[in-house]
Amino acid sequence: MIPAGFEYHRPGDIASAIGILQEHGDEARVIAGGHSLIPMMKLRMAEMGHLVDLQAIDELKGIQIGSDTVTLGAMVTQHELITHDGLAAAIPLIREAALQIADPQVRYMGTVGGNVANGDPGNDMPGLMQCLNATFELSGPDGNRSVAAREFYEAAYFTAREDEEILTRISIPVPGAGVGQAYEKQKRKIGDYATAAAAVMVGNGTASVAMTNLADTPIWSEGASAALADGDVNGCVAAMLDAIEPVADNRGPVEFKKHVAAVMLRRAIDRAQSRAG
Amino acid sequence: MNDQTMTPEERAANLKGMGSSRKRVEDVRFTQGKGNYVDDIKLDGMLFGDFVRSPYAHARVVSVNKEAALAQPGVIAVLTAEDLAPLGLHWMPTLAGDKQMVLADGKVLFQGQEVAFVVAEDRYIAADAAELVEVEYEELPVLTDPFEALKSDVVLREDIADQTEGAHGPRKHHNHIFTWEQGDKDATEAILAEADVVAEEMVYYHRTHPCPLETCGSVASMDKVTGKLTLYGTFQAPHAIRTVVSLISGIAEHNIRVISPDIGGGFGNKVGAYAGYVCSVVASIVTGKPVKWVEDRMENLMSTAFARDYWMQGKIAATKDGKITGLWCHTTADHGGFDACADPTKFPAGFMNICTGSYDIPTAYLAVDGVYTNKAPGGVAYRCSFRVTEAAYFIERMIEVLAIKLNMDAAELRRINFIKADQFPYQSALGWEYDSGDYHTAWDKALKAVDYDGLRAEQAQRVEEFKAGKTRKLLGIGLTHFTEIVGAGPVKNCDILGLGMFDSCEIRIHPTGSAIARLGTISQGQGHATTFAQIIASEIGLPADDITLEEGDTDTAPYGLGTYGSRSTPVAGAATAMAARKIRAKAQMIAAYLLEVHDDDVEWDVDRFSVKGAPERFKTMKEIAFAAYNQAIPGLEPGLEAVSYYDPPNMTYPFGAYICVMEIDVDTGEWDVRKFYALDDCGTRINPMIIDGQVHGGVTEALAIAMGQEIAYDEMGNVKTGTLMDFFLPTAWETPNYITDYTVTPSPHHPIGAKGVGESPNVGGVPCFSNAVHDAFRPFGLVQSHMPHDHWRIWKIANGLGMHG
Ligand SMILES: Cc1cc2nc3c(=O)[nH]c(=O)nc-3n(C[C@H](O)[C@H](O)[C@H](O)COP(=O)(O)OP(=O)(O)OC[C@H]3O[C@@H](n4cnc5c(N)ncnc54)[C@H](O)[C@@H]3O)c2cc1C
Repeated sequence: MIPAGFEYHRPGDIASAIGILQEHGDEARVIAGGHSLIPMMKLRMAEMGHLVDLQAIDELKGIQIGSDTVTLGAMVTQHELITHDGLAAAIPLIREAALQIADPQVRYMGTVGGNVANGDPGNDMPGLMQCLNATFELSGPDGNRSVAAREFYEAAYFTAREDEEILTRISIPVPGAGVGQAYEKQKRKIGDYATAAAAVMVGNGTASVAMTNLADTPIWSEGASAALADGDVNGCVAAMLDAIEPVADNRGPVEFKKHVAAVMLRRAIDRAQSRAG
Repeated sequence: MNDQTMTPEERAANLKGMGSSRKRVEDVRFTQGKGNYVDDIKLDGMLFGDFVRSPYAHARVVSVNKEAALAQPGVIAVLTAEDLAPLGLHWMPTLAGDKQMVLADGKVLFQGQEVAFVVAEDRYIAADAAELVEVEYEELPVLTDPFEALKSDVVLREDIADQTEGAHGPRKHHNHIFTWEQGDKDATEAILAEADVVAEEMVYYHRTHPCPLETCGSVASMDKVTGKLTLYGTFQAPHAIRTVVSLISGIAEHNIRVISPDIGGGFGNKVGAYAGYVCSVVASIVTGKPVKWVEDRMENLMSTAFARDYWMQGKIAATKDGKITGLWCHTTADHGGFDACADPTKFPAGFMNICTGSYDIPTAYLAVDGVYTNKAPGGVAYRCSFRVTEAAYFIERMIEVLAIKLNMDAAELRRINFIKADQFPYQSALGWEYDSGDYHTAWDKALKAVDYDGLRAEQAQRVEEFKAGKTRKLLGIGLTHFTEIVGAGPVKNCDILGLGMFDSCEIRIHPTGSAIARLGTISQGQGHATTFAQIIASEIGLPADDITLEEGDTDTAPYGLGTYGSRSTPVAGAATAMAARKIRAKAQMIAAYLLEVHDDDVEWDVDRFSVKGAPERFKTMKEIAFAAYNQAIPGLEPGLEAVSYYDPPNMTYPFGAYICVMEIDVDTGEWDVRKFYALDDCGTRINPMIIDGQVHGGVTEALAIAMGQEIAYDEMGNVKTGTLMDFFLPTAWETPNYITDYTVTPSPHHPIGAKGVGESPNVGGVPCFSNAVHDAFRPFGLVQSHMPHDHWRIWKIANGLGMHG
């Protein structure tokens, strides 16, 4: 549980951070809140010569609430997501989900950018962002580009982000009034990743459904979303069960996870529907 | 107010003696981060050690190449079994009469086993260099199932393969360690054959781990000039460690000083001797510098002593109206790669023979087979007295299983089988003499406190609602009445490595009437400095606040066997009272001299001796203390101090009645403890607040064990639960509120009637939570399932009973 040695960098702007990443190639890694990366380093499952700390970069901070779009700086902490009243009013689902991540200590440090960039299927924010149809803004040596959250995840720890790119901001369309939202998560204890979690939006004839920790990426299902938009809850659940591919681990066998996934989804749908206009 | 005007009650209250909820004096430093733990010890020039550990559960070690590690700047040495062999330290004796490799000697027997010890200038260099040690392994077939191990041709312990006789009698197979039999086999089998009713079940108590917040560690400092070795460590038995170090290292015992500083929880994990201790000592001898070794959390979970792992096959016989007539138990005990159980020598399965529990069972038989497997060694008493918690879990499950078979209420079944108050001292069928108890009173009080009948009515209604599709939540009512056996123990039958299990206390009264007391035990969170001062305060009338308590330094404290198995209060607490009484006896003579009367003409009055019939003529303990040092008293030596070594005549038998009310979601397997009621009878209560604290902590550990905590292995012998993400340690969030209650049935043989309480809540809590889970499903046909009751296993019960449609 003692990490190998590394050089520490603390650039003040995005361009210098990218410069350091370019200089050291795959020897370098950015660190945000460190609450996924440092445990991996201590286990010596992640070893890198250069750590590029993003904390001093102001461009990566801040929450903007627009009438159509909310943008979150990558370095916004999960704690800020919970305590920002404007955000809670615009998209209550984010606070509801953030409150179910880890514990307060982790949430003071952990960032939304780190959570979505990490690529760990256990992270809650990726599924949430897929449900919300968010877009991730990336900056790299070749400039800026955007990738939809629904297109971002390739496999566990593999994403559309290039090694030398930094995730800078997340933009999220504000769901219309009348759209009910809910996040349901089952975990073994405080501080645990999901056994199964469901993010649901429904209302105004639309719906969106995404699941967490039930495959090697988050699962947003078009079929499940469409069924729910039509008011077909059973169809939604069936489509989702088709899309997920859970594996057995200490949280339980596959059968159990599928069962719990369906339970979480139904509960989230119930609650979201009860909140829909 | 002064001494003249205060009533005896007021003077007694000022002492903060026994019965006072005095605040813990330790907490001043602990809550300010000023504790002094092993890892806080920093000595000049100190080096750090780190282990290279086996990734395999069973493999031959073909070669160890140290070159790359030794080439690292800052690396001082890399030790392997070859380096320790000339000193005879590549193996060490275990507490169970077996021996254990310090560093892998040709093979490894469990994942995480110590292979090489890297010594470097700092902890980071040591960790980096450990990665550079190249070990070539040749994998061997892995045995993780004790039943398989007893049939397998694979020989785990090649070093003793031909030995047909072990430390505890004949070995039946090369992977068999011992068979331990108690009670009357033939008589029990005869009763089973003729009984109206026999219930039979396999009760598995899974492998778990004490997981103290502070992991294990040591700092060894060999002073080559004086020839003295100072060894700081996380030792629950510092004096025994000194003797063991002397015996295995050949260093004379007076040249060894062992110090247990503050200890951040032990729970049995810190009773035994670990490779890290030995390696830090050897490395300090070799380098002439202090060497620190502190394991990390994963090392703690995977390599230091586990607990439980008992497969208990049970049969219980009764008449058709529920009177139990016999109990039979065969246990298969998985000990891992070495038998390193921490039990008194003559008890290879600890006090498992307390498994007749709180019940008057006339005939019983117990056999335990110890087995080697490819798992970490240990088998320690995790917050319990030597397998008492296994025993309590076994009998409390068997009672429930019998209640199902008889179609009886489990509370009533217990009541009609309890040992009655007038049967004490009670001779149990498996050989113990229970000192005192009043189970019926405790049981009735508990049932009334939770409105047991009301709960059963609510449960019946819930079952109806469930069947009608109105709810998906079940209600479980968990019952437990446990009897412990603690305070090991009488030297005539209890020893560890030949050291009798007495304990000790030395008290010195200072001239101004304050005092220091030193004990052979060592607190790990139990609050000894608080409670033992209270015993002295009540016995000799000096305020507890004026009494310093010290433990853990073998150069200053009297010899004792340490703290585990709830033995501190029953044994060292008794020694404390006895030492205090010696002081009081001398004080009486001094007082009589000062008051110019005969010794028999003064009487004890809270904090003073006064002349019989003339209470206004008195000498306070403070005055007496001063007199002991400032004047010559004919016939008496100056000074006021005493030491007592106490060999208890018997164990003590604390008991309790616990009830848990649990809600269970059949769809997710999630549970919620709605109520937990814990009635403890630990005899005389020294500090009620500390008792409450011990109960809260112990029930929380019980909750962890019953509801999720386990050390699980895959078929390759890989530890699947090596971090706190998977090894369940409850946070404040998962911890329910507890209602504590008590009755007081003093121990008749203990000087102050106290029995010990720190482990009761774990012993009683585990079956109580487990019984609540079982009870919720009883109306749907569940008889027995295994812990831990984590979400998916609860879900599996519901699934198996067809509750998911
Ligand atoms: C005990 C515990 C429990 C937890 N439980 C949960 C949980 O229930 N649900 C959950 O979702 N999470 C959980 N987490 C993880 C936590 O939320 C992390 O904080 C989060 O996953 C990562 O955010 P971070 O800011 O700490 O990122 P870091 O750990 O600093 O980084 C994570 C990864 O993302 C990369 N990265 C970070 N920021 C950027 C960026 N801007 N651009 C490109 N790459 C970047 C890093 O290089 C690294 O590879 C838990 C963590 C702990 C320690």
